[in-house]
Amino acid sequence: MNRTQKQSRTAILILRLIAGLVVLILAFLIGYIFITGLPNVSWRFLTSPAKAFTAGGGIGIQLFNSIYLLILAMLISLPIALGASIYLNEYAKDNWFTSTIRTAIEILSSLPSVVVGLFGFLLFVIQFNYGFSIISGALTLTIFNLPLLTRNIEEALAGVSDDQRQGGLGLGLSKYETIIHIVVPAALPGIISGIILCSGRVFGEAAALIYTAGQSAPALNFGDWNPFNIDSPLSPLRPAETLAVHIWKINSEGIMPDLTKVSSGAAAVLVLAILIFNLSARYIGRKVFEKMTSVN
Amino acid sequence: MQQNQKLAKQLMKKSKTARYERFGHLLSLSALLLIMAIVLGIIIFIATKGLSTFFKDHISLKDFFGGVIWNPGTQTPSGQQAVGALPMIVGSFLVTILAAVVSTPFAIGTAVYMTEISPKRGAKILQPVTELLVGIPSVVYGFIGLSVVVPFVRHTFGGSGFGILSGTFVLFVMILPTIVSMTVDSLKAVPKYYRQASLALGATKWQTIWKVVLRAATPGILTAIVFGMARAFGEALAVQMVIGNAALMPHNLVSPASTLTSVLTAGMGNTVMGSLQNDALWSLALVLLVMSLFFNLLVHFIGRKGAFKK
Amino acid sequence: MLNSNNPTDRFIYHFNPEETTITMQTKNLEVYYGKTLAMQHADIQFKQNTITALIGPSGSGKSTFLRSLNRMNDDVATVKGQILYQGVDINQPKIDVYEVRRRIGMVFQRPNPFAKSIYGNITFALERRGIHDKRVLDEVVEKTLKQAAVWDQVKDNLHKSALSLSGGQAQRVCIARALAVQPDVLLLDEPASALDPVSTQQLEQTLRELKQDYTIIIVTHNMQQAARLSDYTVFFNLGEAIEYNKTRKVFTRPKIELTDDYVSGNFG
Repeated sequence: MNRTQKQSRTAILILRLIAGLVVLILAFLIGYIFITGLPNVSWRFLTSPAKAFTAGGGIGIQLFNSIYLLILAMLISLPIALGASIYLNEYAKDNWFTSTIRTAIEILSSLPSVVVGLFGFLLFVIQFNYGFSIISGALTLTIFNLPLLTRNIEEALAGVSDDQRQGGLGLGLSKYETIIHIVVPAALPGIISGIILCSGRVFGEAAALIYTAGQSAPALNFGDWNPFNIDSPLSPLRPAETLAVHIWKINSEGIMPDLTKVSSGAAAVLVLAILIFNLSARYIGRKVFEKMTSVN
Repeated sequence: MQQNQKLAKQLMKKSKTARYERFGHLLSLSALLLIMAIVLGIIIFIATKGLSTFFKDHISLKDFFGGVIWNPGTQTPSGQQAVGALPMIVGSFLVTILAAVVSTPFAIGTAVYMTEISPKRGAKILQPVTELLVGIPSVVYGFIGLSVVVPFVRHTFGGSGFGILSGTFVLFVMILPTIVSMTVDSLKAVPKYYRQASLALGATKWQTIWKVVLRAATPGILTAIVFGMARAFGEALAVQMVIGNAALMPHNLVSPASTLTSVLTAGMGNTVMGSLQNDALWSLALVLLVMSLFFNLLVHFIGRKGAFKK
Repeated sequence: MLNSNNPTDRFIYHFNPEETTITMQTKNLEVYYGKTLAMQHADIQFKQNTITALIGPSGSGKSTFLRSLNRMNDDVATVKGQILYQGVDINQPKIDVYEVRRRIGMVFQRPNPFAKSIYGNITFALERRGIHDKRVLDEVVEKTLKQAAVWDQVKDNLHKSALSLSGGQAQRVCIARALAVQPDVLLLDEPASALDPVSTQQLEQTLRELKQDYTIIIVTHNMQQAARLSDYTVFFNLGEAIEYNKTRKVFTRPKIELTDDYVSGNFG
């Protein structure tokens, strides 16, 4: 064996070691989250309210808040992202206007989420006087979510063959009808995957929320679903600490004795949720595609 | 002829379809313009708030960027306003650069392993794991940093354990998956025949990787690193949880320090809108925004210089 | 060698409009992609209830010409000149392009069924135009699928996804879909190029029958197909119509040498 071959072998061995080390780190991370966290997760933990000073608190309200905020943010951002991605992929010509807007979207997607949160604080909490509330949080999450969701939907639309568009136009339909009734349904598997992946990101976001949805989770009356009552779970004007914010909050200034237990349990739930979002994004996308092309 | 005119009339009547089209076009355009307005709004709002420290409160740029004492509203021993942001700026840059320096070799090594050495195992195990890790919320990283990294640093190096070093550790793990997955993409974009040509010329596998593949993918890898750095620079909570939050110039890596984001998250809730204390925080947010724009520009610049010519 | 700018190198047959019903006619048509002139010199009359084939090498402008006829080029190219449909110039801004495309239907190279059921593919455009009466729709589905000669194969699976059909069946469903909006001209852009020989043969038979009710213009790269199927043929080369005549004459006694070269396979 000559020198260069030896050198090659050594280099590749080092690469393997690096990759192995990274795998170890990553495995430790995931293992740590689940091994320390999952034993603390029980049905009671998932459903009971948090306690500020004593042990045995749960994450029920935070979990509900996270889900509620996610749904609201998605409901608001989806039509906007869909419209924007339709324009970008179907109407936009290759000119300065389009490239300016694309740059703007890129800028928005790379903004630190704390900056987005501060903007939400300034606009929704202060200017619009919504206070620390579900609605401030949902609108801020919408801003946080828009660029990535737009990009994901645009990619899904771009994946639809041009033949489909031609088919619609050839029947004397408008471009818009063709897009809404033919291109979007054909892109549905990709759009759904995109929405679910974005959901994972929104679900775990905390920095954008601490000054918008707030850091407190007042008790909710789960018997009252009238959104106009302030202690109703649906009330858009109540403050709503989410799961991710809760983890940050109790670790920064929490004083309950079982703080580590609660946070590790909450972290495990959070990561588990992300894992489910990731897996289901692929699975559901594929299922929808199969359904569309299948016999029934 | 009469029939022609009748037909012409029918064809010239604006159909319902034409109205749909106009409506849809405007609807989608307005969604896009809304996003545009949001971006402009963010920049204008934060710039206005951030600049009022200098214009309304008449703090000099020198005091802000050069001062080392941060306690807005009070005066330094030498009589200036205590709005020195230098400790946070230094803190932010230190953790970002250190995290990028540590991450880069690991990320490139892993990405090369995944694409060049063992693509099968890479696709099967590493790919899904990196994807999952990219999606793990930053508070989870912060929590692990707090319960694993900080105690580890405390035992090994003494002190409280909070500081630049712990921040670097947490950010290293956090941006690693981001850099890995983007580097993998750029390595995969290198055409197959580059490798085949190199191997056919008698180069070893390592020579091919080092001299051909990595070289060809350099712009992509640089972009990946810049993205990682942008993420590290803008990360708030994970860093805030482990860095110690003392607005002091870091004199070593294990003393409590702070970053722009950590001071922002910790301070924003405790100040009154419009006060100097509050304005100074917005100036930090403005620095953050400008840096984010700078990273964006950098990515564009790299992209334009190194776009793959196919 | 090629000197087709010289008008004597061109033979374009002209009908006497007193005796013949002309469904479509182009005058002084010029198509530009950006600033590049892609097609010109093609003043063609299309006779009612005939099949006209457009042939020529790739890049000869035949598809560009076809797609101009129902203004499918609107977004991609600039089309100058007149396109007369039953005597009305449809190439002017005041014209409602959607109504034009409804009357002048199009079938494409690759079968492009929508991600809907077979039934939904055919009724879709009607529903968008406000027709929701189930009885009417059922009738249209049966009639058009029969016209496209695919009814027997799909009648038991009308609610099956159209994406699951074979290429030949899918293309027929696309024809039925185009017929559903009651056009009177049918433009086909190499409709058989993605089909196997048996499906191609069936498709040609279908088109022959459709000729009774429609004026058909078909782009094909297959000269045998043009010879078998069409009544008239236009030969395109380098973005111009070189020869237009009865198909029999184009293939047996072409008036232009270039056409002769092309149809006898000595081209290039």
